[in-house]
Amino acid sequence: MDPLSRVLVDARGLLCPMPVIRVQQRVVDLEPGTLVEALCSDPGALNDIPAWCRINGHRVIETGQRGIDYLVVIEVVHE
Amino acid sequence: MTDKRQAIALISGGLDSMLAARAVQEHGVHVEGINFYTGFCVEGHTHAIRRRDQARPKRNNALWVAEQLGIRLHIVDIIEEYKGVVLNPRHGYGANLNPCLDCKIFMVRKAYEWLQAHGFDFIVTGEVMGQRPMSQRRDTMPLVSRASGAADRLLRPLCARNLPPTLPERQGWVDRERLYDFSGRSRKPQIALAQRFGFEDYAQPAGGCCFLTDAQYSGKLSDLWQARGRRTYELDDIILLKVGRHIRPRPDFKLIVSREEGEGRFLQGYQGRMTSLSTQSHPGPLALIDGAPGPGDIELAARIVARYSKGRGAEKVELELRHPGGESRRLWVCPMRDEELPRAWIL
Repeated sequence: MDPLSRVLVDARGLLCPMPVIRVQQRVVDLEPGTLVEALCSDPGALNDIPAWCRINGHRVIETGQRGIDYLVVIEVVHE
Repeated sequence: MTDKRQAIALISGGLDSMLAARAVQEHGVHVEGINFYTGFCVEGHTHAIRRRDQARPKRNNALWVAEQLGIRLHIVDIIEEYKGVVLNPRHGYGANLNPCLDCKIFMVRKAYEWLQAHGFDFIVTGEVMGQRPMSQRRDTMPLVSRASGAADRLLRPLCARNLPPTLPERQGWVDRERLYDFSGRSRKPQIALAQRFGFEDYAQPAGGCCFLTDAQYSGKLSDLWQARGRRTYELDDIILLKVGRHIRPRPDFKLIVSREEGEGRFLQGYQGRMTSLSTQSHPGPLALIDGAPGPGDIELAARIVARYSKGRGAEKVELELRHPGGESRRLWVCPMRDEELPRAWIL
């Protein structure tokens, strides 16, 4: 398993909590260590995706802006 | 293999479901949360859209509650399935277009399906007898248990002692004597219990967590159905009903006029799909045109939009009419005066 595998979740145009739901749906089938880049237009995702990660045990690697959009990068952790 | 019992708690983000989940955790039960996203949820959208809300923390209360409780939260998209509940509620609507009883049955049924798929033992809700006029009455609470299929695997910890013992109580998974007997609309028992549990910060939305309980929102949804000649909706429709002023000067079109910068930015995202009007000579709103105005109605629409701009007192205001394909044209209009704008046009 390549620990640097990256998967993009394009959640632009969606309002919270849909970006969280998209990430949640994608993460289910991913191997631990996979990085998920969530690209969002709703700034609420900057809080909601990290909150979802904290309660579900995934690791937040990066949050910030990419152009006019918002980026949240997480690492998948399955207990 | 642990014999610890497992419960799935419906988490809305409000106080009652938070207390109910914690009440069951107190009995040593493993609790996870489930939150259903219908598209009508107050949660999230308005925080994201309106600039004036930016001073408040942009948090999703269901996620925040789960974090306070130290439980996992599963957010489930039920937008498509939920249409059947909104459009054809078997038990009818409440004061507005809120199908509360059908909604509760539907959500408990979905939670029960989740329970069966994941091998959990029972469902927890924050319902309190007598608190809501449709879904939380002595006669309708048993109906929710029965019609959802959950039957006696549905535990309402906050008012359990007012109801017959459920399976978790009879089996001793929870101690009935340590559950509660809240009833009625008073919030005092919940606030006292929150203090006892050490919860100092919690959400208590006055109108509940659903836009369908809001009279103005329901009015706009009714108008949408009437204008289109059919009762149906897509997610974008019901989200746009939460944004801006909705003004219908003619049966075949309405305007969605932004009220401030945050809404204007949000509506910009729809310019690729809908015709829009924006003021150019003066600072002002962005407006989307929903429907198909006749050629003579464009000036009428522009005059209304100009009325909400900084140029409302000016003799003429310049606007840009922009079509989804990108083609646009400019027009100068006289802003509509207040007395020319009938109240009945404003939804």
